[in-house]
Amino acid sequence: MRFSEQFEQRFAEMLTHYPTKRSVLVPTLLYAQDETGFLSDEVIAEIAGRLELSELDVRNVISYYSMLTTKPRGKFNVQVCTNIACMLRGGEELMEHCEKKLGIGHKGTTLDGVFSLEEVECIGGCSWAPAIQVNYDFHENLTPEKMDAVLEDYRRKATQ
Amino acid sequence: MADLVSHPDEVKVVSRRFGQGATNLDRYLELDGYKAVQKALSMRPDDIINTVKNSGLRGRGGAGFNTGMKWSFVPKQSPKPKYILCNGDESEPGTCKDRLIFEHDPNSVIEGVVIAGLAVGSNQGYIYIRGEYRYLSEIMQKAIADAYARGFLGKNIFGSGRDFDVYWHGGAGAYEVGEESALMESLEGKRGIPRIRPPFPAVVGLWGGPTVINNAETLASVPHIILGGAEWFADLGTPKNGGTRLFCLSGNLERPGVYELPMGYNLKKMIYDVGGGIPNGRSLKAVVPGGSSTPVLKPEEIDVAMDFDTLMKAGSMLGSGGVTVLDDTACIVKFALRTIKFYKHESCGWCIPCREGTDWLQKTLIRFHSGGGLMKDIDNMYYLSENMLGRTFCPLGDAAAMPMMAFIQKFRHEFEDHLDGRPCPFSNVEAVEQLPVLTH
Repeated sequence: MRFSEQFEQRFAEMLTHYPTKRSVLVPTLLYAQDETGFLSDEVIAEIAGRLELSELDVRNVISYYSMLTTKPRGKFNVQVCTNIACMLRGGEELMEHCEKKLGIGHKGTTLDGVFSLEEVECIGGCSWAPAIQVNYDFHENLTPEKMDAVLEDYRRKATQ
Repeated sequence: MADLVSHPDEVKVVSRRFGQGATNLDRYLELDGYKAVQKALSMRPDDIINTVKNSGLRGRGGAGFNTGMKWSFVPKQSPKPKYILCNGDESEPGTCKDRLIFEHDPNSVIEGVVIAGLAVGSNQGYIYIRGEYRYLSEIMQKAIADAYARGFLGKNIFGSGRDFDVYWHGGAGAYEVGEESALMESLEGKRGIPRIRPPFPAVVGLWGGPTVINNAETLASVPHIILGGAEWFADLGTPKNGGTRLFCLSGNLERPGVYELPMGYNLKKMIYDVGGGIPNGRSLKAVVPGGSSTPVLKPEEIDVAMDFDTLMKAGSMLGSGGVTVLDDTACIVKFALRTIKFYKHESCGWCIPCREGTDWLQKTLIRFHSGGGLMKDIDNMYYLSENMLGRTFCPLGDAAAMPMMAFIQKFRHEFEDHLDGRPCPFSNVEAVEQLPVLTH
């Protein structure tokens, strides 16, 4: 199991921040997932081993946090907020538009593995609604037309 | 990067450095950066606490507890290390203010953490930022590293002989972690299940040590109070509600955005003047004044001062500062359903009234909104919410119950309009019964 040098550096540094090893678990899982795409059995075993936790302990934590996943996702995870502020400004319509455009539903992945789609809870874009995140990048004040352009952009990035 | 807005009525305190390039440490120093910490280093801890207490600064996360008072609960002597924990797990629907603070003025949060530490005799702080805000976590990591490089953090800060360490920490997607005891669990690497209180975090917190937990906006206000004085800050707001607040205007408004207005600013003015009113010639139906967990207000109830005490008297709460406006095309039943769906999704499942209550409310509302509701469901939902209130381990159950009760109390007629197989009057969706177990 190999992570990037940046991951290892950050991991080593984070361990010095807390009185217990376990405290680095949540951010470490997310950074690991960023590199491996999802938290596979192998990744879970590796992190559990490093932090002297049981794999079950780690899985218990994973299942609590909505950003952590044990299933593979597309290269770009399109997260559409449909919570109240976004809903009032077309968040649900945006979600439907993405479903049609990508041909997948909530938590689905396109066959070419480029996109995943997810309906998410409030991401803190309320004043710029409707808002989405693609992986960690925010896109705000969207309309179906602007959404098409955003998706097109990522599709281009995927082929580069 | 989120767009900034402005309005002549704004009083910029916390947002003073927004858009000024203050993420750069040199620029921050030009804008009076780190002066407050240096001043606090020359003050007695009790004087810092009293200054913050007298400024009338109250928790900006939602509960509105006097910050100085909270600090004063930390025992002077403790065999275990004391900690400062900044809550940047902003996730209350309608709230997007901490995001701007981290984006534009991360150093002010660090300063707030250090000053809180000096006040309670702690020398370690953590800044917890929600996992979705990755770019902000990177901004914060850089700000912390820069401060260490200049000797503003670490050993012997500003040559004072005092040591202070600040660390960043990232979440991974959980609303409930914004609750203070769940936040500590999450930072300790566990599921965000709340702890029973007492003991309160001020006495037994992170790793068993006394811990002060404050919202990011609260801590970002502290340096300004230290520099400007308690009286100046208190006078900006209303009695017992000092200062200004970042109000996040969202929903059906002409000019949504985050505006910093004095505490006690009139809500009606906020909607029609600052927010530019309701677009497309529509009229106002309802306002959620402080994030999705606060009870809704009707148009005739919005001539109120936006401070903690006045809104409490008006039967709602100032909450987290998220003002969500609904025009007359919005369906209250659908809005209630989306609100409850959120709390059901975020309930950790630890205690039964919250886990089962939010689930049953969601199921009933789904059926209701799709035309399969019964008259008695309306009272059942109210009764269910009433029985969740105050009977859950943490405030998440209350956060679901309070708005639900207000929706039924104030918009009962809209619930009645959905009865007897009638489709939602606000949409063109056909009535479908989605819950076979409970069909009539």
